[in-house]
Amino acid sequence: MEILFKPWPWYVSGPLIALVMTLLLLMEKRFGMSSNLRTLCAICGAGDKVKFFDFDWKKQQWNLIVIAGVIIGGFIGSTLLSNDVAVDLEESVVQDLNAMGFKDAGEAYMPAKLFDLSVVTEWSSLLLLTIGGFLVGFGTRYAGGCTSGHAISGLSNLQLPSLIAVIGFFIGGLLMIHVIFPLLF
Amino acid sequence: MRRVIYLLIGIFFGIVLIKSEAASWFRIYEMFRFKSFHMYGIIGSAVGLGIIALQLIKRFKIKSFFGSEIIIPPKDKGITRYLVGGSIFGLGWALAGACPGPMFVLAGAGYLPILLVILASIFGTYVYGALKDKLPH
Repeated sequence: MEILFKPWPWYVSGPLIALVMTLLLLMEKRFGMSSNLRTLCAICGAGDKVKFFDFDWKKQQWNLIVIAGVIIGGFIGSTLLSNDVAVDLEESVVQDLNAMGFKDAGEAYMPAKLFDLSVVTEWSSLLLLTIGGFLVGFGTRYAGGCTSGHAISGLSNLQLPSLIAVIGFFIGGLLMIHVIFPLLF
Repeated sequence: MRRVIYLLIGIFFGIVLIKSEAASWFRIYEMFRFKSFHMYGIIGSAVGLGIIALQLIKRFKIKSFFGSEIIIPPKDKGITRYLVGGSIFGLGWALAGACPGPMFVLAGAGYLPILLVILASIFGTYVYGALKDKLPH
Protein backbone atom coordinates (compact mmCIF):
# COMPACT_ATOMS: atom_id res chain seq x y z
CA MET A 1 0.00 0.00 0.00
CA GLU A 2 2.78 2.40 0.95
CA ILE A 3 3.98 2.54 -2.66
CA LEU A 4 0.57 3.88 -3.72
CA PHE A 5 1.05 6.99 -1.56
CA LYS A 6 4.44 7.85 -3.04
CA PRO A 7 4.69 9.64 -6.42
CA TRP A 8 4.12 7.09 -9.18
CA PRO A 9 7.13 6.42 -11.44
CA TRP A 10 6.91 7.15 -15.16
CA TYR A 11 6.88 3.46 -16.10
CA VAL A 12 3.65 3.03 -14.15
CA SER A 13 2.01 6.35 -15.08
CA GLY A 14 2.72 6.30 -18.83
CA PRO A 15 1.19 2.84 -19.40
CA LEU A 16 -1.85 3.82 -17.31
CA ILE A 17 -2.39 6.88 -19.54
CA ALA A 18 -2.23 4.57 -22.59
CA LEU A 19 -4.85 2.43 -20.83
CA VAL A 20 -7.14 5.46 -20.39
CA MET A 21 -6.84 6.25 -24.11
CA THR A 22 -7.56 2.62 -25.06
CA LEU A 23 -10.57 2.37 -22.73
CA LEU A 24 -12.08 5.50 -24.28
CA LEU A 25 -11.55 4.03 -27.77
CA LEU A 26 -13.31 0.85 -26.66
CA MET A 27 -16.13 3.10 -25.43
CA GLU A 28 -16.22 4.50 -29.02
CA LYS A 29 -14.86 7.87 -27.86
CA ARG A 30 -11.63 9.71 -28.50
CA PHE A 31 -9.20 10.86 -25.81
CA GLY A 32 -8.99 14.66 -25.94
CA MET A 33 -9.35 16.99 -22.99
CA SER A 34 -9.24 20.37 -24.73
CA SER A 35 -12.49 19.69 -26.62
CA ASN A 36 -14.20 20.36 -23.31
CA LEU A 37 -13.13 24.00 -23.48
CA ARG A 38 -14.99 24.36 -26.78
CA THR A 39 -18.01 22.56 -25.33
CA LEU A 40 -18.02 24.91 -22.32
CA CYS A 41 -18.02 27.89 -24.74
CA ALA A 42 -21.02 26.37 -26.53
CA ILE A 43 -22.88 25.78 -23.26
CA CYS A 44 -22.33 29.44 -22.35
CA GLY A 45 -24.14 30.39 -25.54
CA ALA A 46 -21.15 31.30 -27.73
CA GLY A 47 -22.91 29.56 -30.64
CA ASP A 48 -25.29 32.51 -31.00
CA LYS A 49 -22.44 34.77 -32.04
CA VAL A 50 -19.74 32.46 -33.42
CA LYS A 51 -20.49 29.58 -35.81
CA PHE A 52 -17.57 27.50 -34.47
CA PHE A 53 -19.54 27.02 -31.25
CA ASP A 54 -22.88 26.35 -32.94
CA PHE A 55 -22.98 22.57 -32.56
CA ASP A 56 -24.94 20.02 -30.58
CA TRP A 57 -22.87 20.13 -27.39
CA LYS A 58 -25.06 17.49 -25.77
CA LYS A 59 -23.17 14.92 -27.86
CA GLN A 60 -20.04 15.98 -25.95
CA GLN A 61 -21.59 15.41 -22.55
CA TRP A 62 -19.60 12.21 -22.11
CA ASN A 63 -16.36 14.21 -22.18
CA LEU A 64 -17.66 16.66 -19.58
CA ILE A 65 -18.41 13.65 -17.38
CA VAL A 66 -14.81 12.48 -17.91
CA ILE A 67 -13.51 15.90 -16.88
CA ALA A 68 -15.81 15.92 -13.82
CA GLY A 69 -14.18 12.60 -12.93
CA VAL A 70 -10.74 14.14 -13.48
CA ILE A 71 -11.59 16.84 -10.90
CA ILE A 72 -12.70 14.17 -8.41
CA GLY A 73 -9.57 12.16 -9.22
CA GLY A 74 -7.44 15.22 -8.50
CA PHE A 75 -9.07 15.51 -5.09
CA ILE A 76 -8.73 11.80 -4.29
CA GLY A 77 -5.15 11.61 -5.53
CA SER A 78 -3.96 14.66 -3.61
CA THR A 79 -5.75 13.97 -0.32
CA LEU A 80 -6.53 10.28 0.18
CA LEU A 81 -3.61 8.90 -1.85
CA SER A 82 -0.79 11.26 -0.86
CA ASN A 83 0.96 12.00 2.39
CA ASP A 84 3.71 14.19 0.92
CA VAL A 85 3.16 16.05 -2.36
CA ALA A 86 6.70 17.49 -2.68
CA VAL A 87 8.07 16.98 -6.20
CA ASP A 88 11.59 15.58 -6.17
CA LEU A 89 13.21 17.78 -8.81
CA GLU A 90 16.70 17.50 -10.18
CA GLU A 91 19.07 19.44 -7.87
CA SER A 92 20.31 22.03 -10.39
CA VAL A 93 16.69 22.78 -11.36
CA VAL A 94 15.89 23.45 -7.69
CA GLN A 95 18.81 25.85 -7.43
CA ASP A 96 17.87 27.69 -10.62
CA LEU A 97 14.23 27.99 -9.52
CA ASN A 98 15.31 29.25 -6.08
CA ALA A 99 17.39 31.93 -7.76
CA MET A 100 14.34 32.92 -9.83
CA GLY A 101 12.31 33.40 -6.65
CA PHE A 102 10.54 30.03 -6.58
CA LYS A 103 11.63 29.26 -3.01
CA ASP A 104 9.51 26.13 -2.63
CA ALA A 105 11.01 24.23 -5.59
CA GLY A 106 11.59 20.64 -4.55
CA GLU A 107 9.33 21.00 -1.50
CA ALA A 108 5.90 21.55 -3.03
CA TYR A 109 3.68 20.29 -5.86
CA MET A 110 2.94 23.76 -7.25
CA PRO A 111 4.86 27.04 -6.79
CA ALA A 112 3.23 29.27 -4.15
CA LYS A 113 4.39 32.24 -6.21
CA LEU A 114 1.68 31.39 -8.76
CA PHE A 115 -0.72 28.97 -7.09
CA ASP A 116 -1.04 29.94 -3.42
CA LEU A 117 -4.37 31.60 -2.66
CA SER A 118 -2.45 34.73 -1.61
CA VAL A 119 -1.83 35.49 -5.31
CA VAL A 120 -5.30 37.06 -5.49
CA THR A 121 -3.65 40.28 -4.34
CA GLU A 122 -0.61 39.92 -6.64
CA TRP A 123 -1.60 41.46 -9.95
CA SER A 124 1.58 40.17 -11.66
CA SER A 125 0.80 36.55 -10.75
CA LEU A 126 -2.83 36.94 -11.80
CA LEU A 127 -1.70 38.42 -15.11
CA LEU A 128 0.70 35.53 -15.78
CA LEU A 129 -1.94 32.93 -14.97
CA THR A 130 -4.43 34.69 -17.24
CA ILE A 131 -1.98 34.97 -20.14
CA GLY A 132 -0.89 31.35 -19.69
CA GLY A 133 -4.47 30.09 -19.69
CA PHE A 134 -5.41 32.22 -22.68
CA LEU A 135 -2.47 30.92 -24.73
CA VAL A 136 -3.32 27.32 -23.81
CA GLY A 137 -6.97 27.76 -24.82
CA PHE A 138 -6.27 29.67 -28.02
CA GLY A 139 -3.33 27.51 -29.08
CA THR A 140 -4.91 24.16 -28.37
CA ARG A 141 -7.97 24.90 -30.49
CA TYR A 142 -5.86 26.44 -33.26
CA ALA A 143 -3.73 23.28 -33.29
CA GLY A 144 -6.83 21.11 -32.99
CA GLY A 145 -5.76 19.34 -29.81
CA CYS A 146 -3.56 19.34 -26.74
CA THR A 147 -1.27 16.90 -24.99
CA SER A 148 -3.94 14.19 -24.85
CA GLY A 149 -5.29 14.65 -28.39
CA HIS A 150 -2.00 15.16 -30.23
CA ALA A 151 0.93 14.01 -28.07
CA ILE A 152 -0.76 10.82 -26.80
CA SER A 153 -3.62 9.91 -29.19
CA GLY A 154 -2.26 11.43 -32.39
CA LEU A 155 1.29 10.11 -32.02
CA SER A 156 -0.10 6.69 -31.02
CA ASN A 157 -2.00 6.70 -34.33
CA LEU A 158 1.21 7.75 -36.16
CA GLN A 159 -0.31 11.01 -37.36
CA LEU A 160 2.14 13.44 -38.97
CA PRO A 161 -0.01 16.51 -38.09
CA SER A 162 0.22 15.49 -34.42
CA LEU A 163 4.00 15.24 -34.66
CA ILE A 164 4.10 18.75 -36.13
CA ALA A 165 1.83 19.96 -33.30
CA VAL A 166 4.08 18.36 -30.66
CA ILE A 167 7.12 20.00 -32.26
CA GLY A 168 5.15 23.25 -31.95
CA PHE A 169 4.44 22.51 -28.26
CA PHE A 170 8.19 22.29 -27.72
CA ILE A 171 9.05 25.37 -29.79
CA GLY A 172 6.62 27.38 -27.62
CA GLY A 173 7.64 25.73 -24.35
CA LEU A 174 11.38 26.14 -24.94
CA LEU A 175 10.88 29.76 -25.99
CA MET A 176 8.92 30.46 -22.80
CA ILE A 177 11.36 28.75 -20.41
CA HIS A 178 14.66 29.76 -21.99
CA VAL A 179 13.90 33.19 -23.47
CA ILE A 180 10.84 34.70 -21.76
CA PHE A 181 11.27 33.34 -18.20
CA PRO A 182 14.65 35.10 -17.72
CA LEU A 183 12.83 38.36 -18.53
CA LEU A 184 9.92 37.60 -16.18
CA PHE A 185 11.60 36.13 -13.10
CA MET B 1 -24.37 2.95 -17.12
CA ARG B 2 -22.11 4.47 -19.76
CA ARG B 3 -22.04 7.69 -17.76
CA VAL B 4 -20.77 5.85 -14.71
CA ILE B 5 -17.98 4.33 -16.81
CA TYR B 6 -16.99 7.78 -18.18
CA LEU B 7 -16.91 9.12 -14.64
CA LEU B 8 -14.76 6.22 -13.43
CA ILE B 9 -12.35 6.59 -16.37
CA GLY B 10 -12.10 10.31 -15.54
CA ILE B 11 -11.46 9.66 -11.84
CA PHE B 12 -8.78 7.12 -12.75
CA PHE B 13 -7.15 9.52 -15.21
CA GLY B 14 -7.23 12.32 -12.64
CA ILE B 15 -5.52 10.16 -10.03
CA VAL B 16 -2.86 9.10 -12.57
CA LEU B 17 -2.20 12.73 -13.55
CA ILE B 18 -1.77 13.94 -9.98
CA LYS B 19 0.22 10.92 -8.75
CA SER B 20 2.52 10.90 -11.80
CA GLU B 21 3.31 14.59 -11.08
CA ALA B 22 2.46 15.34 -14.74
CA ALA B 23 0.15 18.01 -13.31
CA SER B 24 3.00 19.72 -11.44
CA TRP B 25 4.14 23.10 -12.75
CA PHE B 26 7.66 22.18 -11.57
CA ARG B 27 7.75 19.00 -13.66
CA ILE B 28 6.79 20.90 -16.83
CA TYR B 29 9.54 23.43 -16.15
CA GLU B 30 12.04 20.62 -15.57
CA MET B 31 10.93 18.92 -18.80
CA PHE B 32 11.59 22.02 -20.90
CA ARG B 33 15.00 22.30 -19.24
CA PHE B 34 15.75 18.68 -20.32
CA LYS B 35 16.94 17.99 -16.77
CA SER B 36 14.90 14.92 -16.01
CA PHE B 37 13.67 11.87 -17.89
CA HIS B 38 10.44 11.72 -15.89
CA MET B 39 8.03 13.53 -18.25
CA TYR B 40 9.66 12.01 -21.35
CA GLY B 41 9.27 8.59 -19.75
CA ILE B 42 5.57 9.19 -19.11
CA ILE B 43 4.79 10.50 -22.60
CA GLY B 44 7.16 8.05 -24.31
CA SER B 45 5.79 4.95 -22.60
CA ALA B 46 2.20 6.12 -23.11
CA VAL B 47 2.83 6.62 -26.83
CA GLY B 48 4.82 3.39 -27.19
CA LEU B 49 2.03 1.32 -25.66
CA GLY B 50 -0.58 3.46 -27.44
CA ILE B 51 0.98 2.56 -30.80
CA ILE B 52 0.85 -1.13 -29.91
CA ALA B 53 -2.77 -0.85 -28.70
CA LEU B 54 -3.89 0.90 -31.87
CA GLN B 55 -2.04 -1.55 -34.11
CA LEU B 56 -3.71 -4.45 -32.31
CA ILE B 57 -7.13 -2.80 -32.67
CA LYS B 58 -6.54 -2.25 -36.41
CA ARG B 59 -4.88 -5.59 -37.28
CA PHE B 60 -7.32 -7.76 -35.37
CA LYS B 61 -10.31 -5.50 -36.04
CA ILE B 62 -11.06 -5.44 -32.32
CA LYS B 63 -14.63 -4.31 -31.71
CA SER B 64 -15.72 -1.73 -29.15
CA PHE B 65 -17.42 -2.74 -25.88
CA PHE B 66 -20.70 -2.24 -27.73
CA GLY B 67 -19.79 -4.44 -30.70
CA SER B 68 -19.07 -1.75 -33.30
CA GLU B 69 -15.99 -1.30 -35.42
CA ILE B 70 -13.54 1.21 -33.90
CA ILE B 71 -12.97 4.04 -36.34
CA ILE B 72 -10.20 6.55 -35.73
CA PRO B 73 -10.37 9.31 -38.35
CA PRO B 74 -6.97 10.71 -39.42
CA LYS B 75 -6.11 14.30 -38.49
CA ASP B 76 -6.65 16.92 -41.21
CA LYS B 77 -3.55 17.56 -43.29
CA GLY B 78 -1.68 20.82 -42.89
CA ILE B 79 1.36 22.41 -41.31
CA THR B 80 0.61 26.02 -40.36
CA ARG B 81 -2.17 25.42 -37.86
CA TYR B 82 -0.25 22.66 -36.10
CA LEU B 83 3.04 24.52 -35.95
CA VAL B 84 1.66 27.96 -35.05
CA GLY B 85 -1.20 26.75 -32.86
CA GLY B 86 1.11 24.21 -31.22
CA SER B 87 3.72 26.88 -30.47
CA ILE B 88 1.12 29.17 -28.91
CA PHE B 89 -0.09 26.24 -26.82
CA GLY B 90 3.49 25.47 -25.79
CA LEU B 91 4.05 29.04 -24.59
CA GLY B 92 0.99 28.77 -22.37
CA TRP B 93 1.75 25.21 -21.24
CA ALA B 94 5.19 26.28 -19.97
CA LEU B 95 3.90 29.49 -18.35
CA ALA B 96 0.81 28.12 -16.61
CA GLY B 97 2.49 24.73 -16.15
CA ALA B 98 -0.75 22.98 -17.00
CA CYS B 99 -2.49 21.69 -20.10
CA PRO B 100 -6.26 21.09 -20.39
CA GLY B 101 -6.32 17.80 -18.43
CA PRO B 102 -4.08 18.77 -15.50
CA MET B 103 -5.91 22.12 -15.14
CA PHE B 104 -8.99 20.29 -13.92
CA VAL B 105 -6.94 17.88 -11.81
CA LEU B 106 -5.38 20.86 -10.03
CA ALA B 107 -8.81 22.40 -9.43
CA GLY B 108 -9.83 19.16 -7.71
CA ALA B 109 -6.59 19.11 -5.73
CA GLY B 110 -7.47 22.52 -4.32
CA TYR B 111 -4.95 24.81 -6.07
CA LEU B 112 -7.66 27.41 -6.56
CA PRO B 113 -5.75 30.01 -8.65
CA ILE B 114 -5.90 27.39 -11.43
CA LEU B 115 -9.56 28.42 -11.82
CA LEU B 116 -8.30 31.65 -13.37
CA VAL B 117 -6.21 29.61 -15.83
CA ILE B 118 -9.29 27.54 -16.72
CA LEU B 119 -11.45 30.63 -17.27
CA ALA B 120 -8.74 32.27 -19.37
CA SER B 121 -8.35 29.09 -21.44
CA ILE B 122 -12.11 29.01 -22.13
CA PHE B 123 -11.86 32.66 -23.20
CA GLY B 124 -8.83 31.84 -25.38
CA THR B 125 -10.81 29.07 -27.03
CA TYR B 126 -13.65 31.53 -27.66
CA VAL B 127 -11.29 34.09 -29.23
CA TYR B 128 -9.88 31.37 -31.51
CA GLY B 129 -13.42 30.45 -32.59
CA ALA B 130 -14.23 34.09 -33.31
CA LEU B 131 -11.03 34.63 -35.36
CA LYS B 132 -10.93 31.18 -36.98
CA ASP B 133 -11.77 32.25 -40.53
CA LYS B 134 -9.18 35.03 -40.49
CA LEU B 135 -6.29 32.80 -39.34
CA PRO B 136 -4.04 30.78 -41.68
CA HIS B 137 -4.58 27.03 -41.26
